[in-house]
Amino acid sequence: MKPGFIAGEVWSGLRRNLSMALSVILVTMVSMFLLGLGLLAQRQADTMKGYWYDRIQVSIYLCTDNSLQPNCQGQAATEAQEQSIESQLRAMPEVKEVFQETEAEAFERFKEQFRNSPITGNVQLGDIPQSFRVQLSDPTKYAVVTSQFERAPGVASVQDQEKVLKRFFQIINWITAFSVFLATLMVICATLLMATTIRQAAFIRRREIGIMRLVGASNWTIRMPFIIEMLVVAALGVGLAVGMLWLGLRLIFNLGFNQVILNKALIGANDVWSLTPWLFGGVIVIAVLTSVVTLRRYLRV
Amino acid sequence: MIRFDNVTKVYPRSTRPALADVNVNVERGEFVFVVGPSGSGKSTLLRLALREERATGGTVLVAGQDLNSMSSRKVPRFRRQIGAVFQDFRLLPGKTVDQNVAFALQVIGKPSSAIRQLVPETLEMVGLEGKGKRLPHQLSGGEQQRVAIARAVVNKPQILLCDEPTGNLDPKISLDIVRLLDRINRAGTTVLMATHDADTVNAMRRRVVQLEEGVVVRDAEHATYLAATTPSESPTLLEDPDAVEDVEGIDDIGDLDPERFGAEEGR
Repeated sequence: MKPGFIAGEVWSGLRRNLSMALSVILVTMVSMFLLGLGLLAQRQADTMKGYWYDRIQVSIYLCTDNSLQPNCQGQAATEAQEQSIESQLRAMPEVKEVFQETEAEAFERFKEQFRNSPITGNVQLGDIPQSFRVQLSDPTKYAVVTSQFERAPGVASVQDQEKVLKRFFQIINWITAFSVFLATLMVICATLLMATTIRQAAFIRRREIGIMRLVGASNWTIRMPFIIEMLVVAALGVGLAVGMLWLGLRLIFNLGFNQVILNKALIGANDVWSLTPWLFGGVIVIAVLTSVVTLRRYLRV
Repeated sequence: MIRFDNVTKVYPRSTRPALADVNVNVERGEFVFVVGPSGSGKSTLLRLALREERATGGTVLVAGQDLNSMSSRKVPRFRRQIGAVFQDFRLLPGKTVDQNVAFALQVIGKPSSAIRQLVPETLEMVGLEGKGKRLPHQLSGGEQQRVAIARAVVNKPQILLCDEPTGNLDPKISLDIVRLLDRINRAGTTVLMATHDADTVNAMRRRVVQLEEGVVVRDAEHATYLAATTPSESPTLLEDPDAVEDVEGIDDIGDLDPERFGAEEGR
């Protein structure tokens, strides 16, 4: 069987069954796009985790005169309490660095962070308590700090940023799970559609197949054009999906978020490229398996 | 070359055997007519020889191979030694005459140099020189059947099986086609031709195997076509009280293939 002859058969087959070929391309594209989206979201989460865990801090807020926490007993933290907390912190092996943030600094930072928000006007110096910001050498050990200082005299509250991040990563995990779930449904759709397309293509070409069988063409000669057709169509679908992922990443992430200094924490085109062989491989395996199984059922000698 | 030993064929969902204990032996280079009314088992005989069907009982030997024990994988290679021609020509409407004949060689992996030589050679042999660029619908019925014959013999098979090859053709054209088959036979190919066309059989005076209701009732050399001993061509029509009379438009109804509408499954 000449490659040129097979190519001709594949081309004429695709042309005669164009609407089905298009639908397989589109369904493959959507399923692989969703799958890629889910996997990219997961990668984004992983990248961010690495980035944020290095910077994660535990904040120990000190009491002020109008603190409502029972631990404060309505009194501001004393100089001695402050010093005792700081020295205890510095003595802990889990602690990498300690910064003290005064009320003035906290107020400045707040104004800077919320400069576009109307709440700024209602907040005055002293509303935000002074705090110790603790950088841990191992961010997962925050519980040690929390438990030691929660009840310490002069401490209003201990806040751990990991709790906030955990929630954020939880959301990303849900997005991933949901898109992978949708992708699974779409892959099932794609598989069924491929099977239907092959059945229809076999029906359209029943004359050719009849003659091929009559003159003694081998089973693989009869089946090969169908398999190649499916491969071409499925590969086009994955190609489009990869293109869309790349484009989406560029437009939404790398251009839209560029102002934010999160750049290092973002995934890029490289992550799309490293997914590509897996998406292609998966679809090729699905296309070949579906073709072979369907042809075995519907093209008996 | 083709040998049927006590061959019986019963189709699924049928009580009456299509062939019952048939013994036929066709030697290399013979030309044999298989005659008989519709439903007598002619086509079944050819389908068994082509291994489109398997015998229910008995042995079918074709080109030295036992078709009952042949594995499906070996069927394509076996069919390359057999040519087949049918009443409905079975040409590919989108391909030219050249392409139709070449298709048979392309799909069995012949090198294109051989194809370029064999196709015009064979078309000339069947009397279609200069018509290679035409499409099937631009040809007469007789010419279309010549294309089908060219396709069947282009790979130089040992055996040529013809199922009612003249069934759709005028008497004069039919005779031309049978003369062509005769010429192919004289070149060494064994020819087995099923027909119920008395004129062509009588014109050739070759061996005739007559079937009736799946049984060989006559096997004679240099014979003529004898009328069937059963008076009717299709006896079921007379016996069946529910049979539809010849109503106008009944032919169109016949186009509805029950299998496509799921009637078979419903039963």
